[in-house]
Amino acid sequence: MAEIKLMKGNEVIAEAAIRCGCDGYFGYPITPQSEIMETLMLREPWKETGMVVLQAESEIAAINMVYGAASCGKKAMTSSSSPGISLKQEGLTYLAGAELPCLVVDVVRGGPGLGTIQPAQSDYFQATKGGGHGDYHLLVLAPASVQEMNDFVALGFDLAFKYRNPVMILADGVIGQMMEKVQLSDYVPRWSDADIERLSGEWALNGKKSGRERHISTSLELDSYKQEVFNHKLQAKYRRMEEHDTRHEELYCDDADYIFVAYGSSARICQKSIQLCREQGIKVGLLRPITLYPFPRLPLQALAKRVKGFLTVEMSAGQMVEDVRLAVNGTVPVEHFGRYGGVIPTPDEIVDALKTQIIRA
Amino acid sequence: MAAELTEIIKEENLVYKKTPALTDNVMHYCPGCSHGVVHKLIAEVIEEMGIREQTIGVSPVGCSVLAYNYLDIDWAEAAHGRAPAVATGISRLHPEKYVFTYQGDGDLASIGTAEVMHACNRGENIVIVFINNAIYGMTGGQMAPTTLVGQVTSTTPYGRDVKLNGFPMKITELLAQLDGTGYVTRQAVHTPLAIRKAKNAIRKAFENTKKEKGTSFVEVVGTCSSGWKMTPAAANRWMVENMFPKYPLGDIKDL
Amino acid sequence: MTEEIIIAGFGGQGVLSMGKILAYSGIMQDQEVAWMPSYGPEMRGGTANVTVILSDERISSPVLTRYDTAIILNQQSMDKFEAAVKRGGTLVYDPNGIVRVPSRDDINIYRIEGTRLAAEAGNPKIFNMIVLGGFLKVKPIVLLENVEKGLAKSLPQRHHHLIPMNIEAIQTGMNHVEKA
Repeated sequence: MAEIKLMKGNEVIAEAAIRCGCDGYFGYPITPQSEIMETLMLREPWKETGMVVLQAESEIAAINMVYGAASCGKKAMTSSSSPGISLKQEGLTYLAGAELPCLVVDVVRGGPGLGTIQPAQSDYFQATKGGGHGDYHLLVLAPASVQEMNDFVALGFDLAFKYRNPVMILADGVIGQMMEKVQLSDYVPRWSDADIERLSGEWALNGKKSGRERHISTSLELDSYKQEVFNHKLQAKYRRMEEHDTRHEELYCDDADYIFVAYGSSARICQKSIQLCREQGIKVGLLRPITLYPFPRLPLQALAKRVKGFLTVEMSAGQMVEDVRLAVNGTVPVEHFGRYGGVIPTPDEIVDALKTQIIRA
Repeated sequence: MAAELTEIIKEENLVYKKTPALTDNVMHYCPGCSHGVVHKLIAEVIEEMGIREQTIGVSPVGCSVLAYNYLDIDWAEAAHGRAPAVATGISRLHPEKYVFTYQGDGDLASIGTAEVMHACNRGENIVIVFINNAIYGMTGGQMAPTTLVGQVTSTTPYGRDVKLNGFPMKITELLAQLDGTGYVTRQAVHTPLAIRKAKNAIRKAFENTKKEKGTSFVEVVGTCSSGWKMTPAAANRWMVENMFPKYPLGDIKDL
Repeated sequence: MTEEIIIAGFGGQGVLSMGKILAYSGIMQDQEVAWMPSYGPEMRGGTANVTVILSDERISSPVLTRYDTAIILNQQSMDKFEAAVKRGGTLVYDPNGIVRVPSRDDINIYRIEGTRLAAEAGNPKIFNMIVLGGFLKVKPIVLLENVEKGLAKSLPQRHHHLIPMNIEAIQTGMNHVEKA
């Protein structure tokens, strides 16, 4: 029977990792997500499932430990917040270049620089456009509830192994620090050596057996023509992701004249704004991207044929709005409303922004 | 082939065989380079210990970035300096395996200082092979942390000046101070005797993994005739005369 | 039914745990709940507040600017949140340390002398439960038996012997809350 609990988003990430058979977590403390490693250390999963939990000397070391563990075909993860995620970018591009599956949780805080410890969504570009060097993408999941913090851990690992690609859970301080009712997942055993051989036996480092070629986790290819072929392969993979694993949610869109486009905690706040609007007779709906990469451009294009305008609501100066504009391609107005630097927008502000930026415009 | 040669080339007449743990790939290293010798020693140790199926290597960024082309084992190629962290991730999830990193002086003692310090401090049950030739070979002969005072490199064209560049770093002695290291030694491969000693050190390091003795660290002082702009023979002489006084050979710690 | 509550006071007054027990009680009666704290440096000795939402439906925003109920435990919070109570809503406050009493006439205002009662009982730790009792008397959004179950669920087993004391404190609050 599934367990119902009241838990913080961050705590749930830890619990979900243990329950989904994660093999290794490597982290470094940073607000507002330190509860993830603290919860793991308190739970001592190495006694229960054999999961390894290690506090690394830096975010850089943590992501490279993930690289090592992921190279072995293991379910490896790390978590951090914005400044720490910047440090992990080198590791992430190596993971993407070596086609290694892993899970990275980013509980975003306000920037730039050391910034603030309060919630923000100002790392959308970093998360969805690659973040490090080279032509690559992470698959990015944006939870909007504590329940999704739970669900996206197992889903994230599934997608990471499906595509041999790093997956990021892009949360923010609201989702990380908030407690909600959550139905915890049932325990899934960690993969055995035989499971790994079956699932990832073509590439996992587990000691070269006689009769097979040696396995090499690398992103190096000195021959530029071969590297171009490899890049074609990556791009084909991203197209497959878009075709099969783009996710979004639509709320109150059926009769809507206007659409909020928002993810994560902003999408939650927009739901309140929709109630307020509809009390005033303004028909507004919400399109919530669940995968930020691949981005749900087709549903946006479909809505653009029947609504009068879109307002993106982000805790940023306007990042996702660029992808919405690309999708809508000028057919109807697309404007951005944001609070940033750690300030959370209020439902009323969003209603006002819709009126002034879209309806009256 | 002449009849007399086919008479000679017979299995029973062979006095030397390439160890099977080495691949048939032609090494890209320059004439006189120490890397090839150390690769061969590691391959021989792995073969002699019968641990090829249990060994995972981690290669660095630098000349030995392509080490995975030469040893026929599973490998991870790490980002610059991060090999000890990558090895930590592998070793923690495969505690029964023999995991080693192979790193140069720029990789290990400059950009990767934090990773090597903390891996050694945690006493990760791994082997670290550290090739110190006092220069960045791959990128064209720039100053390394271990470059000697007065040594000319492409970024110290008038010789390393301590006021500008600080002092040569004896990182091996630093690591020996950490409680996590069980075995720390400095070797060379410039003479047959030195090669035999270095091989024994590498073997001991791998055996320590079996005994769970923490981190075993083997520095090999090597030459870079291209970077030093010398003939291989001159490079060996220069190493003995200049490197060894600063980086004396022998065991530093053996618990 | 949806009840949107802000609980605000000093760090150390048990603001966050009061909210947590309220949220757990909501779960015990099969409601959706959200608990959203302010976090960061301001928690360390300064003001602390938490938004708690109980609802029969999927909860929208955990971030609010208007509340059905404000439970106010210091002057700074009074200054900040009195105006945020919805018209017709409820404000419950502890008069200890309050120099400017709430003055709105379009909301229902109640006093609960939690600080005094806890001091008289010789146990400052039950302060927040007394205040919770005062609130539950004027707005019985969760049944006392569900609070008891919520306490059992939220407290570790080794603290379960404290549950009767907490229930008693809630009852004390229920008996002493008064219309301001």
